[in-house]
Amino acid sequence: MLKVRSLRKVYDGHGRQVEALRDITFSVGSGEFVSVVGPSGCGKTTLLRLLAGLITATSGEVSVEDRPVSGPPDGLALVFQEYGRSLFPWLRVSANVELPLKAKGLPRAERERLVRESLSAVGLADAATAYPWQLSGGMQQRVAIARAIAFQPRVLLMDEPFAAVDAQTRADLEDLVRTVWQRFGMTLLFVTHDIDESAYLGERVIILSSSPTTVMEDLAIDLPAQRDQLETRSDPRFVELRHHVYAQVQKAKQSGSGAASREPGPAASSVA
Amino acid sequence: MSRFRTILGRVGRSPALLGVLGLVAFGGLVELLPHTGWVKAEYFPPSSRIARALWQVMGQATFRTALADTLGTWLTGLAIAVVGGVVVGVLIGSVPIVREFTASTIEFLRPIPSVALIPGLVVLLHQRQATLVIIVYASFWQVLVQVLYGVADVDPVTRDTARSYHLGPLRRIRYVVWPTALPYVVTGIRLAAAVALILTITGELIIGNPGLGKQIDLYYTALDAPSMFALVVVTGLIGVVANTITRAAERRVLRWHPSVRGELPV
Amino acid sequence: MTTVLAVLRRILAIFALPVALFLIWWYASADSTNFLLPPLKRILAAFPDTWLWDRFNGDVVPSLVRLAEGYALALLVGVALGVAIGSSRWLRSLVEPVLEFLRAVPPVALVPILFLLAGLGSTTKILVIISGCIWPILLNTVEGVRGVDPVLADTCRSYRVGGLLWLRTFVLRSASPQIVTGARQSLSVGIILMVISELKASSEGLGYTIQQFQQGFAYPQMWTGVLLLGLIGVLLSLIFRIVEAQVLGWYHGLRATERASR
Repeated sequence: MLKVRSLRKVYDGHGRQVEALRDITFSVGSGEFVSVVGPSGCGKTTLLRLLAGLITATSGEVSVEDRPVSGPPDGLALVFQEYGRSLFPWLRVSANVELPLKAKGLPRAERERLVRESLSAVGLADAATAYPWQLSGGMQQRVAIARAIAFQPRVLLMDEPFAAVDAQTRADLEDLVRTVWQRFGMTLLFVTHDIDESAYLGERVIILSSSPTTVMEDLAIDLPAQRDQLETRSDPRFVELRHHVYAQVQKAKQSGSGAASREPGPAASSVA
Repeated sequence: MSRFRTILGRVGRSPALLGVLGLVAFGGLVELLPHTGWVKAEYFPPSSRIARALWQVMGQATFRTALADTLGTWLTGLAIAVVGGVVVGVLIGSVPIVREFTASTIEFLRPIPSVALIPGLVVLLHQRQATLVIIVYASFWQVLVQVLYGVADVDPVTRDTARSYHLGPLRRIRYVVWPTALPYVVTGIRLAAAVALILTITGELIIGNPGLGKQIDLYYTALDAPSMFALVVVTGLIGVVANTITRAAERRVLRWHPSVRGELPV
Repeated sequence: MTTVLAVLRRILAIFALPVALFLIWWYASADSTNFLLPPLKRILAAFPDTWLWDRFNGDVVPSLVRLAEGYALALLVGVALGVAIGSSRWLRSLVEPVLEFLRAVPPVALVPILFLLAGLGSTTKILVIISGCIWPILLNTVEGVRGVDPVLADTCRSYRVGGLLWLRTFVLRSASPQIVTGARQSLSVGIILMVISELKASSEGLGYTIQQFQQGFAYPQMWTGVLLLGLIGVLLSLIFRIVEAQVLGWYHGLRATERASR
């Protein structure tokens, strides 16, 4: 579904060159939920923007559904970190969710149905006539998620969506994302800096090194499909996996460069 | 061919060079337009002719007097409006009751076009006084409104802190109100300067107050288009200089000011 | 009980000072023997005869129609050009110095030139209004379009919102607060130019009529004209605010929320 091979991105501005990503290789199968985690500044957002077609790679391949990405791909939705600024303040919640559907050219009856369904899927059925700035941060992010869901994407990218939200709201939103994923079955790539979150949510965790960024490890999360904030997080297996991810990220931060990078291919690692 | 394209690329990336190109293109357009026949050639001279007329006009003593008159009237009116606007604005803005009770009057008087007063003023006052009144009337509101915004923008925490330290009203104005309001005052001066210039020229053209506007009127009666255009260019340049100075002042004041302002009127 | 008091206080706050000023004017001028400044009573008495309804239809309405036409055209052209220039960095750099110069020319100074080029008729008056109204709208639109939020722009790109929908729902609405600021300035300029365009070499119009009264020494009538102009200015400003509250309702709400959380 998503294939990234030897991806490299260099930002070029005002005489300075910044290598955001050096060599990224991984792939995500259809319907998989994969987390991406790494130290601050390792280029996670850049990676998502490359996948979303908002920027172009310096070298390497990015493809979505076996088609190389040259602009925003069809059937792909991106949920931004700055949820407050990604919603249109002059449109009510329902109009915000409806906008991409209008752009798609769907007829009105279907648009209204999708808006209704996605708003109730995120628990905001009553907020349809409010303006985004009248809602709390957590609710605004739900609107952004509802908008992504209504778009019926085959691929959903999420860029640290819960970074700016309080811990309790974050827990609710994490469970919401898993529910949505299980219900709609799209391919989900979830970028976060929160190590616990990456292990709690994903079926796999891709750990990035710090700059110059490569893929440090592609870790399989063999936790049960039904996850629960209380039970799963105290599960000994979760604690092991989380410990491993944490150690890797610490190593990445200290070494300051990619550890021995993996051979390209879907071969994932597992923790014995 | 490729060298031409690299030059084009470099020009395309430099805003300053593009700007110069734009000016040159504009000058060229004005030069060619009369020759196309779309506008009456005797009433729309080409830029070369305008430039020549400008050179001639600037050498005349009447021009220098007119320029001095215009600048004098403009700056006098602006000064009165700014001082009046700031004083009245701070006084009104600092006392909530006064603010509340004067709000409707301000909203009512503000939109009255000062040109409406021209016929009345002309019968009551001399030319210069009448012109000053319309300048001050229009510019005063620009300053007042901005000062009221500025005073209202004072951080309540700062204000309460000052009050709890028993700072008297004058000290409060100096240390709390004035620094907050300053960027707004500068914006007000910028807007007022533009309005004041317009009304200065209006006074000269309509009321006959001595100055560049009156000169333009005289050239109009004599059907001397090149000189008319030349003086219009001069008034434009005065406006540009005024704008540049006040914009630069605004930027400098805003730079050290941690204010959280919304959109700036252009 | 307190809400009744609050309402009364509100009414008092709105009307106290204006009414007081009006009464002062009334009584101060009551015994005026000054030929040039007749008592307010006389001025108001002369109002109906002077304006209703011939002069209103024959002079005031045409002036207002010209103002409306000039303003509307300035809005249309100003916003269209503003969007085009604001969206393109190189275009903006290209035209910026020229625009800065053109907008600095006091529109009044262009009046004689326009008279020479376009004659003395109605079209010229509309051109005069446009020549002044277009600049605040154009320049504020450029600023508004420049200042759109990049996150919103990315959202549009990523959801492939394009074309007319993008223009209508994103660009124009995002720039609307700034455009409205420009439109407000333009309204004041437009009224000024509407009058000025009729003070020289005109044969009808509100400004012309007032000037006729002044030159014919009919001072009470002249002052009624001045009052009428003032009233028109206030009314147009009121209409503008009502329209603004509709168009920018979301913006006022947004800013109120931001201020409350400050």
